[in-house]
Amino acid sequence: MSKRTAKDAHLPVGECVTQVQDILRQRLCHQRLPDKPEGVESQHRHLLELLKRTAIHGESNSVLIVGPRGAGKTMLLKCVLRDLLEDKEAQKSLLQVHLNGLLQTDDRIALKEITRQLHLENVVGDKVFGSFAENLGFLLEALKKGDRSSSRPVLFILDEFDLFAHHKNQTLLYNLFDVSQSAQAPIAVVGITCRLDVLELLEKRVKSRFSHRQIHLLSSLTFTQYLERVRTQLSLPDGFPDSRFAQDWNDGVKTLCGDKSVEEVLQRHYNSSKDVRSLHMLLMLCLSRVSVAKPAIKPADLLEASRLCFADAKANMLHGLSILELCLIIAMKHLNDVYEGEPFNHQMVHNEFKKFLQRKSNSMYNFEQPVILKAFEHLQQLELIRPVDGSSAKTQREYQLMRLMLDHSQIMEALQKYPQCPTDVKQWAMSAFG
Amino acid sequence: MKYFTRLRVRRVYKWRGEPLSFNRKLKTFEYGSLVISVDGLPRTTVINAGQHILIEGEDEDNPYVAKVIRLFGDESGKQKKAVVQWFVRVSEVPLSKLKLLGREPHPQEIFLYQGRSCDDEVNAESILRPVQVKHLDRAAPFPDSGDKDTLFVKLSWDSKTFRELESAAPVASPPPPTPPLPKPSLPPSPPRSPPTAAPAPARRALPTPDPAVMRRAASGEVRGGRATASAGKVGVTEAESLHLASRLSASKCSSARRRKAIARTPGVRKKLQLSSPEATTRQDILDEDRASEMMLAQRLSSSPPLTLRLTHSLTPLRKAGAATTPRAHRLTPLRKAHAAAVTAEDTAVPLEPDSRTPSARDDSTSPQQGDETEAELPTASGRTPRRRNATPRRNSSSSRGQKASTPSRQTEPNQREPGLTVLIEEDNENSPMLSAAAVTPRSSKRKSAQLVSSRIRKQLNLLENLQVLNSDGDDDEDEFVPSKKELQSSSDEEEEEEEGALESDEEEEVLSKKSRRAAAGSCTPRSKRKTTSTSARTPRKTPNKKIPPGTPRTPRHATPSIPSRSLPARRPGNVLEEARARLHVSSVPESLPCREQEFQDVYSFVESKIVDGTGGCMYISGVPGTGKTATVHEVMRCLQHAADVDEIPPFHFIEINGMKMTDPHQAYVQILQNLTGQKATADHAAALLEKRFGSAAPRKETTVLLVDELDLLWTRKQNVMYNLFDWPTRRHARLVVLTIANTMDLPERIMINRVASRLGLTRMSFQPYSFKQLQQIIMSRLNKVKAFEEDALQLVSRKVAALSGDARRCLDICRRATEICEHSPADPFSTGLVGMSHVMEALNEMFSSAYITAIRCASLQEQLFLRAVIAEFRRLGLEEATFQQVFVQHRALCRVEGLQPVSVSEGLAACQRLGACRLLLLEPSRLGVLQRVRLNVSQDDVLFALKDD
Repeated sequence: MSKRTAKDAHLPVGECVTQVQDILRQRLCHQRLPDKPEGVESQHRHLLELLKRTAIHGESNSVLIVGPRGAGKTMLLKCVLRDLLEDKEAQKSLLQVHLNGLLQTDDRIALKEITRQLHLENVVGDKVFGSFAENLGFLLEALKKGDRSSSRPVLFILDEFDLFAHHKNQTLLYNLFDVSQSAQAPIAVVGITCRLDVLELLEKRVKSRFSHRQIHLLSSLTFTQYLERVRTQLSLPDGFPDSRFAQDWNDGVKTLCGDKSVEEVLQRHYNSSKDVRSLHMLLMLCLSRVSVAKPAIKPADLLEASRLCFADAKANMLHGLSILELCLIIAMKHLNDVYEGEPFNHQMVHNEFKKFLQRKSNSMYNFEQPVILKAFEHLQQLELIRPVDGSSAKTQREYQLMRLMLDHSQIMEALQKYPQCPTDVKQWAMSAFG
Repeated sequence: MKYFTRLRVRRVYKWRGEPLSFNRKLKTFEYGSLVISVDGLPRTTVINAGQHILIEGEDEDNPYVAKVIRLFGDESGKQKKAVVQWFVRVSEVPLSKLKLLGREPHPQEIFLYQGRSCDDEVNAESILRPVQVKHLDRAAPFPDSGDKDTLFVKLSWDSKTFRELESAAPVASPPPPTPPLPKPSLPPSPPRSPPTAAPAPARRALPTPDPAVMRRAASGEVRGGRATASAGKVGVTEAESLHLASRLSASKCSSARRRKAIARTPGVRKKLQLSSPEATTRQDILDEDRASEMMLAQRLSSSPPLTLRLTHSLTPLRKAGAATTPRAHRLTPLRKAHAAAVTAEDTAVPLEPDSRTPSARDDSTSPQQGDETEAELPTASGRTPRRRNATPRRNSSSSRGQKASTPSRQTEPNQREPGLTVLIEEDNENSPMLSAAAVTPRSSKRKSAQLVSSRIRKQLNLLENLQVLNSDGDDDEDEFVPSKKELQSSSDEEEEEEEGALESDEEEEVLSKKSRRAAAGSCTPRSKRKTTSTSARTPRKTPNKKIPPGTPRTPRHATPSIPSRSLPARRPGNVLEEARARLHVSSVPESLPCREQEFQDVYSFVESKIVDGTGGCMYISGVPGTGKTATVHEVMRCLQHAADVDEIPPFHFIEINGMKMTDPHQAYVQILQNLTGQKATADHAAALLEKRFGSAAPRKETTVLLVDELDLLWTRKQNVMYNLFDWPTRRHARLVVLTIANTMDLPERIMINRVASRLGLTRMSFQPYSFKQLQQIIMSRLNKVKAFEEDALQLVSRKVAALSGDARRCLDICRRATEICEHSPADPFSTGLVGMSHVMEALNEMFSSAYITAIRCASLQEQLFLRAVIAEFRRLGLEEATFQQVFVQHRALCRVEGLQPVSVSEGLAACQRLGACRLLLLEPSRLGVLQRVRLNVSQDDVLFALKDD
């Protein structure tokens, strides 16, 4: 046995790198659940107990999982479900209905989906499913017929729960909660939402029927924990085929996390957001730079990935503009400065640009009016400028009022990096007065 | 409405004949029959006592069904009345009760009404026409006749439960001595039961005997009607035996039977003698079978005059008995023998001779066939045949045994005989007696019988598979599925391999039957049985291909249900779990504490309305969770109980909930469906309800309608509410409407005057529970399960009472507290009860806002952004700023904090995250840097949350 592991221990580097990519990608792309959810043990226990009682004792419950985006709400629920289904008894009896507020945008669709997921449509045979009212009656009838001890418990998972609260009359929520509070088929309603004020969305009757259990996922993650999480996310598991490669890799990750510059970058990310998704995004960028030639993550990779993550989208767009368009943007900036953010139109921008040409320019030539109009329209298409809401479409394009969608800092940053930007244009942009 | 008046004008009601008796006390004359003639038409309809009639009601399409018990008029002859035994149609039974039936009701099914709330005296003028009613056994399938006017009775209905007909029968008075002439001798006093009860079993279209009938028969109760029917039955057997060599012996035996019957019921004698010559004539018409079959079909489809027509044809009793078709009417004619004299039937008369032919028909088509087509065209539902196949055999033994003891009971078994023998012989293929098969008519009969039986077999087979396919329990399946044993045997019959063993079984059974039969002293069966048990084999080997495979009929009104779990849910294990189960809102408490006054008010309101037979509205308001719906339900439970023990008249209770419908107008649909089981569109339902509540009906129960969440029934024109409140004010509606909503002033706020006025001023408001009440509620729920410390309960109650007074909230908190207690580390000093600390924790969990925690847990940039927002607000003196403005502050704050300046993208991301949590309120994100930002929490909260850092 030991001989065999020894033999296996020397996989070619290419092989190892592929394996590493595989394992880490599964982790970072949320394809695999962590063995144990970190930092949310009590919530995990609470939810597991709750669902177990529904699955095994037939007790109806309702609960909301609330937390900011990327806090691990769905992960928590999935972990709980995985653990719950390890119980044979629960596995055999529990029925699940997964709904998403973004998909089931009204109660009619939601009801159809519920019926489909509960495999109730078989009961009506090939009969085309009738009206919304019939649907509702059908489902309520189905749920009413059950009772606590004999019916299979049904788990309703409402992702983006807050969107269900916008449905007309909140019929679905009322009925689900009403069933959960009456002696009908046992159901557990689990809502997932990132809105902290979700209860205020519920109508008073619906609210009264909701059990007011909320599981909050608010991570009070410290930076050391954050660092530790980075390390665990990147480390290879013990079962890696090539133990020596794994050893090397893990050591590399450890030194990486100890690196001063890396720590700085991570601190910045930590300051910006604690959510797991943005961290995964960063690590994913690092991981994709790992190759056979460079089978480790170096601090430089992380810095580069961080630079990509923090890059300003709008400033990047400015890099692709022509000089004329850039000049128009600068003219708009000056107009904004002069008129303190009041909207402008094409004619004003053109005038500003002409002033610049007359006074300072030696590298720029005047353009025809249509050319400038075209450039202006291009900027509008890129949504760097947008028309003022109130302005009617009837006004001539030259006189339509516009607003600049860029911050000064973005413009200056773009100018700094713009390749071969004429000096006079740069000076014009920096000067306080047009 | 128009239709009614027209009808009234056209009909003329007359007594026929002299009064049979005169009641001195009431000064009424009793008549034997009533003639209804229609103006301008020569034909008249005769209504006799004991006949089933249709009585006009609110629904023109479904007039009431009843059976005439007595006809009487006052001295002046102006008033013509009839005492009737009501039957209820399926549509008249409240939908909620229909479920008690445990199956889909047949559309033509009716139930013997045994409730007390209906007046059984009707104006004779309301009689529309006679109708054909067949009594079926409970287990028997419904025959599928295209004939819409034939109705079927299986069960009785006493406004609460369905019962077997027979169980009801003994309750009614014992049947009167059978009259030699039909009516006169009918005892006037308790006339209800005999006509309903006695004929019911005798007319049974299916040959299963009823235990109750048997019992009654055994006790010698059954007399004339039964006996005559039995004579008719004898005719059947005789008809068959006519074609046998043993005809002589058969007649001998039948006459012997007859003698017996006559001995018991002298009245019958005359008739029997009358009928005997008919038997001889029958032979002459043997070959008319084909034609007669067609006639039969015609007759079946032409309904109303059928009964009357049969009256004539029945005089020759023997023949009538022999004919399998008019079996249902076999009894009636005897009752009204003199009706035979009435030949006024215009259409019926020409048919008269033909009506005899069906009797001949059985020579070639076999009574079996006749049964088949008449009673249960196998198309009705694939399963029927099997039932049929199975039942007779099972029941036969018992019936036979009984017959042996009391010859009068021969009615049933005899009637069953043809079918029985055919069925049995199928299995006895190796029976040696082939000789009789040589007789031609018999063989033809056999053939058809074979055909039928093979069909049955085939369908059985198909159904067997089908049943496996859709085995998930829909209700109406039970009806057709024979008991397991039968199923087994019938399916086994299909398997050739097991034949031998089975056959021996069957053989045994037959033998035992034979012996029993011999004991009964009838000589027919022996030879006949043997001979009939000849051919059987063929049909099975050549299955009839004509029958298309029955398509799996999906039940139209299937009620779906969540599949049931394999293991039953676990029972609560310890005190805390027990307490939790009791504290769940869904658990129905033993009583409703703290709502005694409200309960009393609602109870007396509804009770008085029910007792008076009037209608009214009541409006109940109260914040959520104050027990409005629960109280009303409790009231209804109590009233229902009171109705069950006959303290108050029975009533319907219907419940609708504004939240459980998709559109206010669906209220009509739901009410109608609860009331009658009909499905209709909203408009149609509204019209039907309007008619139902707007018109008088001879019998009507009070309807109590609970409208929950009334405010959702609001429409712009408010017509739904208007109708709901208007119906109770109608004179005949007998409708009590209880409405529930949250706001006290809903009528004033959302209702227009004419609606609010109709709602009236009967209002009740449920106050939020006080802490004492909440405490009492929890205590009563816990019911001596000691799980909470006293103080803890008080804390919860006080807290909830201070916040909302919502009992649901209170129970939820207690439930959560038990959970916390269960998982808290065992404290050596703790009592194991839910204490203050647990309750505090639960309260905190439920009532504390997460905003502050959320701000504390936010990332540094997010916190900075919040600060920037506040700083910008302060600078502007407004509670709103654009992102661009806030961003300037944000950058400045970053510099102060010594952090790298953030980019716009980063700032926007932080802003969006805060917006997603609703710490900030944002404009749509497409506005980018121009979007406006507002705080969703107070500035103080933000500053408080950020201060500690």
